[in-house]
Amino acid sequence: MRNTPRASWPLKLAAAAGLVFMLAPLALIFLYAFSTEEKTYQWPPPGLTLEWLAVAWQRPDVWKALTLSVQVATISTAIALVLGTLCAAAVSGSRFFGRETISLLVILPIALPGIITGIALRSAFSLMEIPFSFWTIVLGHATFCIVVVYNNAVARLRRTSGSMIEAAMDLGADKLQTFRHIILPNIATALLAGGMLAFALSFDEVIVTTFTAGQQQTLPLWMLEELIRPRQRPVTNVVAMVVVVVTLLPILAAFYLSRGGEQSVAGMGK
Amino acid sequence: MSVEALTASAILPNRRGTLGALSDYFWRRPKLLVFLLVAPALLWLGIVYVGSLIALLLQSFYSLDDFSGVIVEEFTLKTYGELFKAQNLDIIVRTVSMAAIVTLASAIVAFPIAYVAARYARGKWKALFYLGVMLPLWASYLVKIYAWKLILAKEGILNWVFEQLHLTWLLDAYLSLPIIGGNSLSVSFTGTFLVFLYIWLPYMILPIQASVERVPTNLLDAASDLGATPMQTFWKVIFPLALPGIVAGSIFTFSLTLGDYIIPQIVGTSRLFIGQAVYVQQGTAGNIPLAAAFTVVPIIIMGLYLWMAKRMGAFDAL
Repeated sequence: MRNTPRASWPLKLAAAAGLVFMLAPLALIFLYAFSTEEKTYQWPPPGLTLEWLAVAWQRPDVWKALTLSVQVATISTAIALVLGTLCAAAVSGSRFFGRETISLLVILPIALPGIITGIALRSAFSLMEIPFSFWTIVLGHATFCIVVVYNNAVARLRRTSGSMIEAAMDLGADKLQTFRHIILPNIATALLAGGMLAFALSFDEVIVTTFTAGQQQTLPLWMLEELIRPRQRPVTNVVAMVVVVVTLLPILAAFYLSRGGEQSVAGMGK
Repeated sequence: MSVEALTASAILPNRRGTLGALSDYFWRRPKLLVFLLVAPALLWLGIVYVGSLIALLLQSFYSLDDFSGVIVEEFTLKTYGELFKAQNLDIIVRTVSMAAIVTLASAIVAFPIAYVAARYARGKWKALFYLGVMLPLWASYLVKIYAWKLILAKEGILNWVFEQLHLTWLLDAYLSLPIIGGNSLSVSFTGTFLVFLYIWLPYMILPIQASVERVPTNLLDAASDLGATPMQTFWKVIFPLALPGIVAGSIFTFSLTLGDYIIPQIVGTSRLFIGQAVYVQQGTAGNIPLAAAFTVVPIIIMGLYLWMAKRMGAFDAL
């Protein structure tokens, strides 16, 4: 029942300029991936070519970094799903001593700057003389992935009415059956969303990873290396474009799925 | 008769099988179940994370022996004293001012976007605004920095635009200014500022948009009925109600700028920010105590900031 008044021109202009500011840099990434220029970031591109897609496709270091990133993200997400869901179930299902502390503890790794998480883990590893490996990366990633799953699961569990669970138990379902047939179907989409966010977060994470990785290169570390010491700029351009496409597809999918209904894709904060 | 006795005998027989027995067992001892549920996450976060944080904090009370370069494991405040040396104090002041300027600028840039998106945009425009915020928010952090490296490069699009408009002299004059200028945009504080602004802007837009959406329209009608000009309505009604959203957004922009060390490393001058100082101290310099002491600075600043934000009611707008 809201009447929609017209926005004034300066306001519209400021908002439109803001939108251009937000979207233009991403559009540039797409254009540069096809530029024929090899040595510089020349604008406008002297010509367009598909050649670099093929070159990037054949680079073993890119594939290796990509594989490592996917593996780390998958395992971290799995750990976060288990720990985050259990924790959410406990916190939303009952009141107990230290409940607030647990919520704070879960949120802490994301509230503090990534560099603090990174250096804390690194100094702990060196104190305990743990060598850097695949698992030290996972350890760091899972720590900040728990919060995303937890947040999504807690929000959903709060909205799931307790009477349904009580009804199930009154009808003779045991805890396991209640979980399997009542709770899980109710929170499944929240877990899916949380898992997707956790995966994206881990896949893109660079700050903590620089502290917890040894010789291994995840895709963001590969990208960082290219940013500081560029080797073959066109390949970096192509990889940048592919990374954008891969992260944007889920956003677009989530947008089309949640269109019309309430938009629950949020879950901001890195 | 106790509750246990009732369920055990009067209502239902005991469940069969191990799983059933287990289920009954937990039903009678809900506290134990809760404990088992939180234990894994608690162990993980408590040991891996809090343990590491405490280890870090402890190390900030150690010191580095200036001559041998060995870490002396004795309690001292000497390392914290080093933070107040001119060069280290410079780093802290530089980082905090950058965080403050980025926060202020992003509030100014974000407000019109959030306001139009929340109050005027409908249909196709609403979708465009949604994507305009969500795409940059979720696009890869490094790719966004990379995009700005392309934009700010000497041969890049921004210089080209200035050239086409015959305004290169203006850009040169700007770059010759002290502090904010430099050889080119990509090695100046202005460049660092632009990238910070771009990368953290969505974190400011979303909470403002949420708080503007919650402003009841009848308040605005009432204001104009009572004779307020649009300007007055904005400053007396909308702005105070949107303020918690702005404060909430500023928590993100401020904290993220304080802790970031990748952006100033890629776009900016050679002068360090707190994050870079931490990285250099723990890496090449091997001075973990000083690095640890440096990390305590943003923690304290954010603690104060969060405390003030809480008093302004920002947490309701998250």
